Amino acid sequence: MSKKKALRMLKKTPEYLIKTIIILIFVFPFYWMICTAFKTYAEAIATPPTLWPADIVLENFRTAWESGPFPTYLKNSVIVTASVIVVQFILMVPAAYGFARFEFKGKNLLFSIVLIAFMMPSQIVFIPVYLMMARWDLLGTLLPQILPFAANAFGIFLLRQYFMQVPEEIIEAAKLDNAKESQIMFRIMLPMAKSAMMTVALFSFVSQWNDYFWPLVMTNDDRLRPLTVGIAMLKDAEGLVNWHVIMAGNTILVIPIVIIYIFASRQIVKAFVYSGIK
Amino acid sequence: MKKKLYPYLLVGPALAFMMVFVVYPMFYLGYISLTNWNLINPNKKFVALDNYKELFGREEFYQTLWNTCTYTFWTVLLIMTVALLLAVWFNKNTRFDLFGQLAIFTPHIVALVSVAMVWLWLMDPDAGLLNYILGLFGIPPCGWLQSSKTSMMSIILVSVWKSVGYYTLIILSALQGIPKEIYEAAALDNTPKWKQFFKITLPIISPQLFFLLIVMTIGSFKVFETVRVMTGGGPNFSTNVLVYYIYDYAFNNMKLGFAAAAGMVLLAIVGLVTVVYFKMLSKKVHYQ
Repeated sequence: MSKKKALRMLKKTPEYLIKTIIILIFVFPFYWMICTAFKTYAEAIATPPTLWPADIVLENFRTAWESGPFPTYLKNSVIVTASVIVVQFILMVPAAYGFARFEFKGKNLLFSIVLIAFMMPSQIVFIPVYLMMARWDLLGTLLPQILPFAANAFGIFLLRQYFMQVPEEIIEAAKLDNAKESQIMFRIMLPMAKSAMMTVALFSFVSQWNDYFWPLVMTNDDRLRPLTVGIAMLKDAEGLVNWHVIMAGNTILVIPIVIIYIFASRQIVKAFVYSGIK
Repeated sequence: MKKKLYPYLLVGPALAFMMVFVVYPMFYLGYISLTNWNLINPNKKFVALDNYKELFGREEFYQTLWNTCTYTFWTVLLIMTVALLLAVWFNKNTRFDLFGQLAIFTPHIVALVSVAMVWLWLMDPDAGLLNYILGLFGIPPCGWLQSSKTSMMSIILVSVWKSVGYYTLIILSALQGIPKEIYEAAALDNTPKWKQFFKITLPIISPQLFFLLIVMTIGSFKVFETVRVMTGGGPNFSTNVLVYYIYDYAFNNMKLGFAAAAGMVLLAIVGLVTVVYFKMLSKKVHYQ
């Protein structure tokens, strides 16, 4: 290494040091969660704290898992998340296509409904929607956690953008070949919007899996609750004492997301950043 | 005829769901707020503005509004400042910086419930890691969430930690949209880096920052999970915020009519901020 290069490295050291500290601030709490999850009770609350568990204990995961109907919670989380994504696609693709490729009376007015749906926080509409679900006698099912998310305004925005970018000539050529509208949609449009659809699916997966507020207000029965609500209840069951068990429960909730993040981090970042700038 | 109907068939189903689960509930909420509806007694009657009178006659409601505004002010200010700093600083294409970007984004995709519980553990006054670290520097232990003096600050801290990475990456993508030539010209003039930031970078991305400001503000008014998991609105009401207040009245006190009135206040606030947003959005489109 030349002297000049070494000097430059040296000058860069403080920058790397501070950046490493910043990175640790954002990542370390998760490490601490996982680390605590593998400790015994005594070690978890010991002073000084240990950075690595002395004995790795798997017991906590079993305690957490058996403290409530966790298989049911997990099943509900999976069913709700999967159904929402599927239903969203069924409604979203035609709607985005319609807004992108057609001119029709009232289009702007109808699109403003999409805008309203995009901006409306679920924290505002939960009381009326809860009462509607009660009147329809659906509170004993998982539908109150699925139906309100069926129309994905963000997804319609994003896909519409992609559909509008498809060059007119391609569609004209297809029409000359006597392609039907449905063929144009499935054969031309959808393949071109593949990455956008991946983005929407990832976004929906993460937000649905993590959602706590909505299932909390829509369920009062353990058979219908998802993982997030179940794990928050673990805190009440264990008190603010058995942190090793609580952290084990949270590790179970966080791991699927983290694994997906590791494999698709760029895609996920893109999905979320896009949702912020439109 | 069939041709004319076709687009409506495409957009119809999605819009029907939006009408049923977003637009209609807005009006329904208004109606509920005018009744004495509760979850125990099925006989509800129209009480006109009684709920609103009661709501605005309660000191706790003003306390709640004040708490929500305090929370919003500090969260927005801190996230904006820190996100700007981080975005400028991590705006490089080295492997290390790219990794850093992904790392600071991580909290955003993890469930807020888990984030809240992990921080509850870190902030535990007795066995928590934060007080231990303070102790290493000779600082006396902090009460964090259990003291009404520091509880709101602790909640704000967690919210900033959770979201700042998200906004950092959005600002970062705005920064990367700035043409490089502009900086090259400035570099020729030997303009110092900090001056470049204030004279070039900030003005160029200021429209985007304004929109982020609005998004953050709406997001902050919706704060719920952290409060519900970490403090339950306490101690001494110090962290009770609007959505928690609504939730508490609707499902713990069963007073739906009253909760709906508080919900209408939230709707008014979000509506106001949104109108400003779209006013600016139409301007932005106009100038492009």
